[in-house]
Amino acid sequence: MAQTSAQKKGVGSVIWEYLTTVDHKKIAILYLIAGGFFFVLGGIEAMLIRIQLAVPNNDFLSAGLFNEVITMHGTTMIFLAAMPLLFAFMNATVPLQIGARDVAFPFLNSLGVWLFIFGGIFLNLSWFMGGAPDAGWTSYASLSIASPGHGIDFYALGLQISGAGTLISGINFVTTIITMRAPGMTYMRMPLMTWTTLVASVLIVFAFPPLTIGIFLLMFDRMFGSNFFLVEAGGNTIIWEHLFWIFGHPEVYILILPAFGIFSEIFATFARKRLFGYSAMVFATVLIGFYGFMVWAHHMFTVGLGPVANAIFAVATMAIAVPTGIKIFNWIATIWGGSIEFTTPMLYALAFIPSFTMGGVTGIMQAAAPADYQYHDSYFIVAHFHYVIVGGVVFALLAGLHYYWPLMFATMLNEKLGKITFWLFFFGFHLTFLIQHFLGLWGMPRRVFTYLDGQGYNAANMISTAGAFLMAVAVIVLVVNIIMTIAKNERVGMDPWGDGRTLEWSLPLPVPYYNFAQIPLIRGLDPYWVEKKEGNGKMLPSESLTDFHMPNNSILPVVMSLGLFIAAFGAMFFPDGKDWAIDAVSGLDPKPWALPVLIIGLGTTFVAMGIRSWKDDLGYYVKKEEVEKDLEELERGGK
Amino acid sequence: MAEMEYNVPTERWPAHPETATQEGKNKFVGFWTFLAGETALFASLFATYLALKDSVPSDDHMLASELFHLPLAFVMTMLLLTSSLTSVYAIYHMRNNNFQKMQLWLGITVLLGAGFLALEIYEFIEYYGYGHTFRSSAFGSAFYFLIGTHGFHVIVGLIWAVLLILRNAKRGLSVYTAAKVNTFALYWHFIDVVWVFIFTIVYLLGVL
Repeated sequence: MAQTSAQKKGVGSVIWEYLTTVDHKKIAILYLIAGGFFFVLGGIEAMLIRIQLAVPNNDFLSAGLFNEVITMHGTTMIFLAAMPLLFAFMNATVPLQIGARDVAFPFLNSLGVWLFIFGGIFLNLSWFMGGAPDAGWTSYASLSIASPGHGIDFYALGLQISGAGTLISGINFVTTIITMRAPGMTYMRMPLMTWTTLVASVLIVFAFPPLTIGIFLLMFDRMFGSNFFLVEAGGNTIIWEHLFWIFGHPEVYILILPAFGIFSEIFATFARKRLFGYSAMVFATVLIGFYGFMVWAHHMFTVGLGPVANAIFAVATMAIAVPTGIKIFNWIATIWGGSIEFTTPMLYALAFIPSFTMGGVTGIMQAAAPADYQYHDSYFIVAHFHYVIVGGVVFALLAGLHYYWPLMFATMLNEKLGKITFWLFFFGFHLTFLIQHFLGLWGMPRRVFTYLDGQGYNAANMISTAGAFLMAVAVIVLVVNIIMTIAKNERVGMDPWGDGRTLEWSLPLPVPYYNFAQIPLIRGLDPYWVEKKEGNGKMLPSESLTDFHMPNNSILPVVMSLGLFIAAFGAMFFPDGKDWAIDAVSGLDPKPWALPVLIIGLGTTFVAMGIRSWKDDLGYYVKKEEVEKDLEELERGGK
Repeated sequence: MAEMEYNVPTERWPAHPETATQEGKNKFVGFWTFLAGETALFASLFATYLALKDSVPSDDHMLASELFHLPLAFVMTMLLLTSSLTSVYAIYHMRNNNFQKMQLWLGITVLLGAGFLALEIYEFIEYYGYGHTFRSSAFGSAFYFLIGTHGFHVIVGLIWAVLLILRNAKRGLSVYTAAKVNTFALYWHFIDVVWVFIFTIVYLLGVL
């Protein structure tokens, strides 16, 4: 329920508040904390990989452990770090950018974050319960069916749970952006961050269900005795590859489009210019999303689909370079002639253009199917996708962290430390991955735990590892920066960057729990900038000050997620020792408690869903008087 | 936004009560978006089924052409299509603010859906007797996963409808409950459409 920000609260009530919250701003913080934790975890796994590969014939990690580490590094970074961190910024900004008091489905927003958190925890429990998944983040069925023990089951069940959360969040953002825009906020006035969120959410809606089915096939084969991937029973492992990449390729755009959105905001703000070619940018975003579904088989050129299929997918892949190129040129044209301010977010944005373009160019090289036979499964591929994911997505996350920090926490990260982080990370990143292109072309295969001396790989691998350490130092400086900023707690006021253009910067900081005392009237693209130049610098209200409606908190999302978390243990141990089970688990001790645990877990979730459906959840009204008091306080504080 | 009373008097009952509130509009758009995702889900299932159709380890397994009978599938199709029609009647009465008739037609929808489900279970038991099971072959796995996922959707729909009938029995019709009933109706139409594809791709193409 409503509370005033001045009230001091105990630890217990703060925890309860976050467990039950449906406020998009608090959910953004949950995504940021959990995603940040998994980012550090994935980073530690990356360091283990680079330490193992620093010198030839290294035995720092065993071959089996190496496979687990690379699998968990990829899976953690994509599903548990990059996507949730993007969701953090989407949640923090989108409702504020479109002038809404919350998302369309606040309850589902909470369910989404808790499914992700429980799924992520489940996946990582594998380290303590007999070994992590070891078939790579793509988990190709021919490998994953044969993998002994329960590692792959943690992968399948953990991703199934967190994937459900992602799908729910995607539906929520599509609906929010369609139905919750303030008066005057037409589609062609939406900031690029909102546009890219919309397109990425549509991609989630269409891309995650194929993954869900793929993982179900894997789960059923490993846990319930089906034969989808068992060739001796008529199965076909290529089905997994198709389903995985029908999801997996759009997933790349699900990650990069919001990154493009963040950078588009940063370029316009710190070049102090309207984004160049706004409508072309929107068109390019939609086109990338559309093409994203027609290129999945370029991950499978070497499978043997035949020259016709390979040629079609090669051409479609090359076509994506066109809208992406449009974007790159528009960003350059935005900076051109602008009055540029070199803040930390702007440094990341400027570094992003050449770094990401390099990743894009190697992508076009691989799109040529015959040439791809040479690059396939080599370090060239590793270099390529780290250039697009780190040079694109991670740069955007770090830029967004600095840029949106004041919006989320009403304090500013230290700019000097921020710039140190940037330079360390920028050089570390290129040092680590540029040389890997050449390692790949010299013949070093990916996913091998060591290499022999005298193959010419020694110096390049050592350089790569040195770069990784620079990135690790950069992240440590960032963590120090965050801790210092929180400890100092120096509050900043409205429009902390001074050049805010979009609606979110017109709000007082910290943003009131109801966001807008009055829903604003939008008079153009970059509405806050419009009011700064043509009005008195304040948003015009579109409604008189009245009581308004807000959603209730609920603990049910945590209960539903916990139910699936419990059920996952039941499903995982169900096939142990059964005669119909695959060889990987049929030799384990039988677990008679598995079925009851499965039923109890699913029962918990379904009962919680039933309660949700049964009870009226009408929300509550924020009284006009309370809002008036807040506004008065703001007036006094502002002077 | 003006204060929205959920219990609207008869004379002011809107033509589309299900989207009369902001929450109702959100539900409407959100559920269509969810159904878009469900479409991708079933598309993946159909693709898997077509890839593994008649893919069995040895000659003693039955294939689609020997297994399926159209008469049973036809009766099931008629039951489900009719239940879709009766759910339309329920929505018609909802828009006319006729609570009792809405409840009645929802109840008939549930009965028809339950009839469909009973026949599906009967069909599965019959196939089980022929040795065509979830674990017998890749064909079996793909068949039961596709039809079973649809059947699971029917079960969820039936429980959902029964819960709605019971919870609304005391509350009556308001723009709040109307949005809930309409969402169920959208869902029910969707699983009906999926069945039309199953009938065509699995049963018709199976026996041809």
